[in-house]
Amino acid sequence: MKVLMSGNEAIARGVYEAGVRFAAAYPGTPSTEILEEFSKYEGVYAEWSPNEKVAVEVAIGAALAGEKALAVMKHVGVNVAADPIFTVSYTGTNSALVIVSADDPSLHSSQNEQDNRNYAKFAKIPMLEPADAQEAKEFAKLAFALSKKFDTPVFLRSTTRVSHSKSIVKLGKPVAYQDKTAITFNPEKYVMVPALARLRRVEVEKRLEKIKQYAETFRENKMEINDRRVGIITAGMPYNYAKEVFPDFSYLKLGMVYPLPEKLIKTFAKKVKKIYVVEELDPYLEEQIKAMGIDVIGKEIFPYTNEFDPGIIESAIKKHLKGGKFPAQKIPSRPPNLCPGCPHRGLFYVLGKQKVFITGDIGCYTLSYMKPLQGLHSCICMGASVGMAHGMSKALKEKGKGKVVGVIGDSTFVHSGITPLLNMAYNKSDALIIICDNSTTAMTGMQEHPATGFTLQGERTKQLDLKVLVSSLGIDNIRVIDPYNLGETKEAIKEELAKDGPSVIISQRGCVLFKRKDYATENPLKIDAEKCTGCKVCLGLGCPAISWQKIKPKEGSKQQGISVIDEGLCTGCGLCAQVCKFGAIS
Amino acid sequence: MLKNDEIKSVLLAGVGGQGILKASDIMCAVMMEAGFDVKKSEVHGMAQRGGCVTSHVRYGSKVYSPLEKAGSIQTLVSFEKMESLRYLHYLGKDSSIIVNNEKINPPAVNIGTMPYPSDIIKYLKKKFKLVMEVDASDLAKKAGSVKTSNIVLLGALSKLMNIDRRIWVKIIEKSFPEKLVKMNIDAFQMGIDA
Repeated sequence: MKVLMSGNEAIARGVYEAGVRFAAAYPGTPSTEILEEFSKYEGVYAEWSPNEKVAVEVAIGAALAGEKALAVMKHVGVNVAADPIFTVSYTGTNSALVIVSADDPSLHSSQNEQDNRNYAKFAKIPMLEPADAQEAKEFAKLAFALSKKFDTPVFLRSTTRVSHSKSIVKLGKPVAYQDKTAITFNPEKYVMVPALARLRRVEVEKRLEKIKQYAETFRENKMEINDRRVGIITAGMPYNYAKEVFPDFSYLKLGMVYPLPEKLIKTFAKKVKKIYVVEELDPYLEEQIKAMGIDVIGKEIFPYTNEFDPGIIESAIKKHLKGGKFPAQKIPSRPPNLCPGCPHRGLFYVLGKQKVFITGDIGCYTLSYMKPLQGLHSCICMGASVGMAHGMSKALKEKGKGKVVGVIGDSTFVHSGITPLLNMAYNKSDALIIICDNSTTAMTGMQEHPATGFTLQGERTKQLDLKVLVSSLGIDNIRVIDPYNLGETKEAIKEELAKDGPSVIISQRGCVLFKRKDYATENPLKIDAEKCTGCKVCLGLGCPAISWQKIKPKEGSKQQGISVIDEGLCTGCGLCAQVCKFGAIS
Repeated sequence: MLKNDEIKSVLLAGVGGQGILKASDIMCAVMMEAGFDVKKSEVHGMAQRGGCVTSHVRYGSKVYSPLEKAGSIQTLVSFEKMESLRYLHYLGKDSSIIVNNEKINPPAVNIGTMPYPSDIIKYLKKKFKLVMEVDASDLAKKAGSVKTSNIVLLGALSKLMNIDRRIWVKIIEKSFPEKLVKMNIDAFQMGIDA
């Protein structure tokens, strides 16, 4: 049967077809749908782990117990999980272990654009890279076979364009699941103390040598000899872009991007006159191929940054721009914005008006850095807000008293905010941390986490009590506020900033888009045109439902316009009514 | 029908929440049913929060890239009026444009720091031979729900595509729960008649 599938759906399908029934992940664009889709298959166990490091450790445990296991994350998630990944490379996996890294060239929804192919080389773990959905499915199966064959973890690398593009996939018959789990003891292989790790270190090099040999005849390292004047070495989605514009060139398409098949590459190099290496981001293939003594053209003509498309490759090779006839027009941008009724809006409206430095984190609320809210001043990675607020407050000493706030979402706090908060209590911090608790992982599309009380597969479970957790970490000043109440929010922030020692405010209200939220959406509000003075204070909320309309000034009045509420968008959260000094909104 | 090796590219563009991804899914299913190879590409993730959404749909006997290059899109379907201007560099001189008359203000317009561009249709008509203006939201309301405006636009697009109407209808029927099918078929027809 043929179906249209996204790369992510196809990876989930491939994993299932391979007879795998165990997976763990932390959500992150563009990887999220892989586990959501996998979790729907019959008889599988799939979990959202609190973070990527835990997900990988869970998968390692399952593999050691004899179960084929999958761990899934976005590119920056591999940084979080790097610690176990680098050492499971030494121990091997007993059963099969595949780690999906979904990279994000062009930073469509990420804080950086790192090229995770480097991890494969760095951790000495083989990596497969599919170019479309059909390959995503097949490569997922091959990755498990490779892992089992060589007793190694295997990376499967996707990019946003592979994960989120759809193409036709031929479904295969799933392999029947076989329970091969058992407790076995092999401390020499799995206890990585120096004496034993040194021995395994040698095994890693031997294994790599074997995989290199295997790569030479690996069926997804494909040579297509056409026009011998030009050869292109490429992998993943850029293969499709290049084929699109240069169908007649010769190609070496690498399905395995680590380790590289040196003999095959040399053979290809002998068959063609001139070679281009077409790859997004780092000159990863280029450097290794040049080190083989092969002359290739790469980053001197192709960009280092952003994803490619057929036009970028065409113009780089043809050395002239063949863009569109019509330049794009200069029109207002449409940055993503906090939704109407978003509970973050009230909190960040208040925060933006304090003269404090606000260390931010990863989540929808990061969008509040923009005008008009301007409610946070840094964003580095998941959990960084807490550690940074502490560091900043310690460095500033008296100057920083009451001037440093860290903000972090509930899912992000559980991901990596707990340890730095413990550090704040331990090292006598003075900063204020606000947990923006909207009871879900909103930015990636409403995933469950330990504080929601539900698992990925929809079962009720023990619900983490954030207040109790924070208290047990050693934080004495804790309060819970409702960010829909601006007065209460402002007062709580002022009071907690004035206190000595660390404080935590839990700003609690479910995401307005969340199906399970514990409040009803109110009727839309209206602005009384007679009472509106056109002062624009309500526009300072940056609510998409409120807009400014010009009016013809009345006689004797300088008023240029009024605010108007779009009833179709308004959720009746009431923030604008609270900020209006003229009682015009009800 | 298409010549050998010919690939057609359609760009659907608009704002998060307008049903663009659903529309491109339906389009792909139609192309598959009509016997074409098809690929589509989109960026989502942050779109829920009011950002731009685009979807490239490409079909032909064999499609490699899910993304079209600048200058080579045959048809732009703009689900929002101003968004049509954002992607003109993807078009060539013979490209066609279908544009929904609906305006959705971006933040800068909402807070009054930038005006909403004026004379959009006039500009498009001056530069391109085929510009089809559709009051998709009004027609969708007539069909039963403003949410069907994406299907109205597909109806308008189907006029440029030379694919049997029965295939469209069959796929639309499969794409919605039973109680919503008639409304969407009506919306599709309104797009054809528009």
